[in-house]
Amino acid sequence: MAGTAVPRRLTWEVATVTAVMPETPSVRTIALDAPSWPGHRAGQHLDVRLTADDGYTAERSYSIAAAADDPLAITVERLDDGEVSPYLTEDVHAGDQLEIRGPVGGYFAWETADGGPLLLVGGGSGIVPLRAILRQREHSGSDTPVKLLYSARTPADLIYRDELDVHHDGVEIIYTITREQPAGWTGYTRRVDGALLAETVWPAGKTPLAFVCGPTSFVETVAGGLVALGYEPGRVKTERFGGTGGR
Amino acid sequence: MSPISHGFRRRHAVPEGAADRVPPGQYVTDGFPVLSAGPTPHTPLADWTFSIRRGSATLKSWSWQEFQALPAEMVTVDIHCVTRWSKLDTEWRGVSVDTLLEQVEHDAAYVMAFSDGGYTTNLPLADVTGGKARVAFNYAGAPLEPEHGGPARLLVPHLYFWKSAKWVRGLELMDEDRPGFWETYGYNMYGDPWREQRYQGD
Repeated sequence: MAGTAVPRRLTWEVATVTAVMPETPSVRTIALDAPSWPGHRAGQHLDVRLTADDGYTAERSYSIAAAADDPLAITVERLDDGEVSPYLTEDVHAGDQLEIRGPVGGYFAWETADGGPLLLVGGGSGIVPLRAILRQREHSGSDTPVKLLYSARTPADLIYRDELDVHHDGVEIIYTITREQPAGWTGYTRRVDGALLAETVWPAGKTPLAFVCGPTSFVETVAGGLVALGYEPGRVKTERFGGTGGR
Repeated sequence: MSPISHGFRRRHAVPEGAADRVPPGQYVTDGFPVLSAGPTPHTPLADWTFSIRRGSATLKSWSWQEFQALPAEMVTVDIHCVTRWSKLDTEWRGVSVDTLLEQVEHDAAYVMAFSDGGYTTNLPLADVTGGKARVAFNYAGAPLEPEHGGPARLLVPHLYFWKSAKWVRGLELMDEDRPGFWETYGYNMYGDPWREQRYQGD
């Protein structure tokens, strides 16, 4: 678990929303123009600070949806009991300004030199940093083999579906949905568990590098399942969220 | 001057009477969110030890059984996670770090807590002594769940909760401060929630 990041002071900067793109009924991608953004690695997150008319402020962290050389963007899921996400998914428009700082994190991040093969496992909006990693691989011309196992409630809840459905050599996308069994669906229709992992992921003998992101119970199941399959715990990186009513 | 987000408003009320217990930028949750960088380790209690080290030397080590025989205490504390949730009145049972350090001779100024799975976090000695820190193995009256750091985690509630190392297996005594795991990735060396010391330079 050795670190390689160079610590540096994180300062707030004003970013301008350049576009708001609906992804699913409850998820939006927000593109940001941030002139002083210092750059980031795929998989990192950033902090957003909102200020209300009465001066009240709230800050939350969001995964960056962009590769290092993409225009900066975050993808936000609306949480009904959240404070910041309802605003970001319903009220924010192109041209609006908000404050950001980052990048934050650095352990849950991938660069070409980190190699693979890569196993990306996402639950719900846990796909966001994994999408950044996929784009990073594509942009850098890396031939690192990738499997992405992506679980969502219904096909309509799959974020970035159009982008993920575009074929890329060396990338295998495996979907599973947990609340429906629609006609014509060719992916899995069950929760990710040890058996589904055994069926779909790289064998441990290939010493894969795994990134797992999603709600806590999902990440617990997947990370534990991968270790049970022989994955080296130090090569299973996790990012957990959810259940706090915070975002 | 911060830009105003019209239409954005406070939705999380601070519980009545708790205003002075919630550090700036935090919100109160009833849940107990989980954050960790890797898989949850499951060390059998028969293999568990808690060690105090200095350099390459182990100064003192307790088995699980020996550790359980040490005097333990109940505490009720508020905890504050750098990801902005705070949880009030959490109940823990554990052994004071004072009790552990009393059993070794040392003049260290800092400690590095180390854990199963390779996690580390650094703390000044003054922040883990004087009744400020415990090695906790019970939460809310039950054995601490693995996903929350069981069998035992450090409990240093006056600092952001990443300093309360999960799956803790010991303390390394140090003369000088060194960054632990998250501190290497840009998080604050000290982590005082009342001064919002989330990241390097805060």
